Amino acid sequence: MTQQFYVSPEQLMKDRADFARKGIARGRSVVVVSCEDGIALVAENPSPSLHKIGEIYDKIAFAAVGKYNEFESLRQAGVRYADVRGYSYDREDVTARGLASVYAQSLGAVFTAEQKPFEVELAVAEVGASQDRDHLYRLTFDGSIADEQGFIVMGGQADKVSGAVETGWQRDLSFAAAIRLAVQGLVTDNESPDLPAKALEVALLDRGSESSRGTRRAFRRLSDADVMELLAEES
Amino acid sequence: MQETTANKVAANATSSFTEHLQRDRPELLPYNRPFLVSETAGQPLQVPHATTIVAMTYAGGVVMAGDRRATMGNIIASRHIEKVFPADQYSVLGIAGTAGIAIDLTRLFQVELEHYEKIEGTLLSLDGKANRLGAMIRGNLAMAMQGLAVVPLFAGFDTAAQMGRLFSYDVTGGRYEEQEHHAVGSGSMFARGALKKLWRPNLAEDEAVSVAIESLYDAADDDSATGGPDPVRQLWPVVYTVNRAGARRVAERELAAVAGTIIEARAAARREA
Repeated sequence: MTQQFYVSPEQLMKDRADFARKGIARGRSVVVVSCEDGIALVAENPSPSLHKIGEIYDKIAFAAVGKYNEFESLRQAGVRYADVRGYSYDREDVTARGLASVYAQSLGAVFTAEQKPFEVELAVAEVGASQDRDHLYRLTFDGSIADEQGFIVMGGQADKVSGAVETGWQRDLSFAAAIRLAVQGLVTDNESPDLPAKALEVALLDRGSESSRGTRRAFRRLSDADVMELLAEES
Repeated sequence: MQETTANKVAANATSSFTEHLQRDRPELLPYNRPFLVSETAGQPLQVPHATTIVAMTYAGGVVMAGDRRATMGNIIASRHIEKVFPADQYSVLGIAGTAGIAIDLTRLFQVELEHYEKIEGTLLSLDGKANRLGAMIRGNLAMAMQGLAVVPLFAGFDTAAQMGRLFSYDVTGGRYEEQEHHAVGSGSMFARGALKKLWRPNLAEDEAVSVAIESLYDAADDDSATGGPDPVRQLWPVVYTVNRAGARRVAERELAAVAGTIIEARAAARREA
């Protein structure tokens, strides 16, 4: 019978964290920006159908980097959680805070109890009636949760991208400006100096969806043509 | 080993909210609650009933309208009830029967469609939606046997075929595609009669709205459980149109004008009906 070597808990956690970080660093970045018109979510993603950004509920969106199968299962779990909650209580009672804390607990449980941690990093965004009531939560592979102000950058070269976004970020950006800012950030970790609309996945949480589109569902995915138009627009 | 894991994952992958509830939270389904009235057979349970819904196709879409009355035996339970709801962007449903269960079923159906859309990233086909609704009505069969039936009418714009379509149901969940127009509920016979005379192919949208309101007027005329337009309280039927651009609720102001015209025309005719 083989005996397991003793590994200290510190070492075990460090190994797992390194493993997860390596997995996440391989992926392309995602930028979530809160702005005047709402929240813009921009990802570098060449696939038109395997999304990194998704709708969770009326005012809540999800963005992720890392392993597709892992964050996709988390996204679906989030949609189920939100729909069950909204169905059994009321639509108003589904909040990003509640969802983020469920995500934090599941990521934390997987990190400590499972064979391998999830190699993902998530953002949960909720658009409010005013910019002060926007919520952006960042969740990491070990279940840590952070309440961010203004914007979130996740993924491979997050530091570089984050620097670029930070210098350009202002409270009163329009959607077009926020998307341009996110793209400026995303190209910093790229070899080529610009990103075609085809290589981008862009979605919005529209602050005024009730008045402008007559729907309480704020999430809207932009087509390549929409993105091209917004990127071409002069600021 | 691998085989069973794969099977398990596949079996757990569902895009249906109802299936998810059935598995994890069965107590939340409107038709899964234990119900023990059958022993006291005889008097049916006195609960509010929703009544007449009409729907018809017009050039470019469908229109659905429902009156605003719910009755409980000979009592008017509500004058304000709304019985036509948007199911999603391209479909609407109207409900007749036990109001409490019907409203919960509607809510469940709305979540079901939105849930599928969010999980799969695409809308269900119109036939897919109609089938899901049928399955839900069948789920309610045990309650229907005890007198708590729900009978919906479903209408939507088929984005693939580019036309409006109508579906009716029976209490066992049987789904029937209807041509031209249809009505359900206690006043449906009279509404149907009116529709047969008023409807014609390729109506314009505003004409279709007017026909819908007039057929409900006729239903209210002969069926005590159907409410007519109420100028005193300014209550008008709930009317939705669905076309290429999606579902739209017709504004109160438009409805007041249409109902006013119909009442005036009937008054001016000075006839019994």
